[in-house]
Amino acid sequence: MSTSSSPQAILVLLRRDLTLAFRHRSEMFTPLFFFILVTALFPMSIGAEQSLLQSIGPGVIWVAALLAALLSLESLLRSDYEDGSLEQMLLTPQPLSLLVLGKVLAHWLRTGLPLVLLAPLVGFQYYLAGDTLVTMMLALLLGTPVLSLLGAIGAALTLGVRGGGMLLSLLILPLYIPILVYGAGAVAASATQTLPAQPFLLLLGAFLILAMVLTPVATAAALRISLG
Amino acid sequence: MNWFRYASPVEFYPLAGRMVPWFAVAAALSTVVGLYWGFFQTPDILSQQKEYYRIIFVHVPAAWMSMWLYLVLVGWAVLGLIYNTRLSFMMAAAVAPTGALFTGIALLTGVLWGKTSWGTWWDWDPRLTSELILFFIYAGYMALQSAIEDSYRADRASALLAIVGLFCIPLIYWSINCPDPTQCAALHARSSMSAIETNILAAMWTMVFAFWMYSFAVIFVRVRNIILERERNSTWVSRLIGGGPS
Repeated sequence: MSTSSSPQAILVLLRRDLTLAFRHRSEMFTPLFFFILVTALFPMSIGAEQSLLQSIGPGVIWVAALLAALLSLESLLRSDYEDGSLEQMLLTPQPLSLLVLGKVLAHWLRTGLPLVLLAPLVGFQYYLAGDTLVTMMLALLLGTPVLSLLGAIGAALTLGVRGGGMLLSLLILPLYIPILVYGAGAVAASATQTLPAQPFLLLLGAFLILAMVLTPVATAAALRISLG
Repeated sequence: MNWFRYASPVEFYPLAGRMVPWFAVAAALSTVVGLYWGFFQTPDILSQQKEYYRIIFVHVPAAWMSMWLYLVLVGWAVLGLIYNTRLSFMMAAAVAPTGALFTGIALLTGVLWGKTSWGTWWDWDPRLTSELILFFIYAGYMALQSAIEDSYRADRASALLAIVGLFCIPLIYWSINCPDPTQCAALHARSSMSAIETNILAAMWTMVFAFWMYSFAVIFVRVRNIILERERNSTWVSRLIGGGPS
């Protein structure tokens, strides 16, 4: 790996992480089942009235996506930290922030992307119409990578810390608020047809670009702090 | 005079100790003046809110301090990361609880104000909501700091978190203020400082000064405790408390 260029290093890392994920398939499905289960709890607890579900649907789906992303963050760095391969990555000549970007991309491909593909199923449970489902998938497609990118900072900061999981949610959930507001806003705008959904999606896209540029640097700095 | 001398905890500890009483007295005096002025010497302008509006003299300065102290915290965190000075991280750690306290006061008085003017304790008002999020960000900072046992790592990790928070706070603030991205310009036109009477403004500024002095006093006391705790194995601390090897 020492002689390869940075794009090659990212590709190697991607292939490795995806192979690892594929070998532990049950780990991959847990956040997805969590997502479906949480969204299914709401109709059971507050009643299955169609207009009510339609109005709370966008918010509930996004909150559940946030929690599922948070739950899956543990798997982003934990095993690499425990077996020492994270320290090896710190020692490679490639820029750490690029390697981080590769790892986050792999993480999103195995947790975020399945969630995006599965979201229409949840949308049906909340009686969302066809157009709204498309908007929801677009919003999730733009928003969930930001959740992984931002969450990586928290995961790197809490590496090996006692009670890290609960701590992570306290650190990261407040930072997820803009994504939640505009993500749910896009779906709600499309569902009620009162507003165009495009401005929301554009903002989510802007957040994605910002996060792709800035968060890997912060995550790399956090990794250097955590691994001394 | 070389100010950098005081970047060393050994030098800063006695200096902070000498300054605490002055700040404490200034805080007490200006609180008395500010509250008297605000409570008894200002007109009752918002008549439908009766006298309740006077909570503004605590609410607004506390809200300002809660935001300002976060900037101070981040400033110390950045200095610490750049110059690797122990005292900077200690200052950042000492600022956080006071910032969280002012956030709590702003929330509490905001809730009281909400009850008297809107008839409900909590109204998801954008400003109150942002203040709640700020409280969680302070809480996250302090939680991360106390969860990591190695103070070297804890300082740097929480400093990085504070900086990330500073980047995210404007986005959070705008997203709460403008949940609909096509129309949020109207909201800020309402709260303009020029509409407030000078007398009320003066009392409010006195309270801001009082809270500022209080913050100095409390943060210096707290940073002295942190210095003692962190440097407990050094010779100057054992000489100070009169025991152990000198």
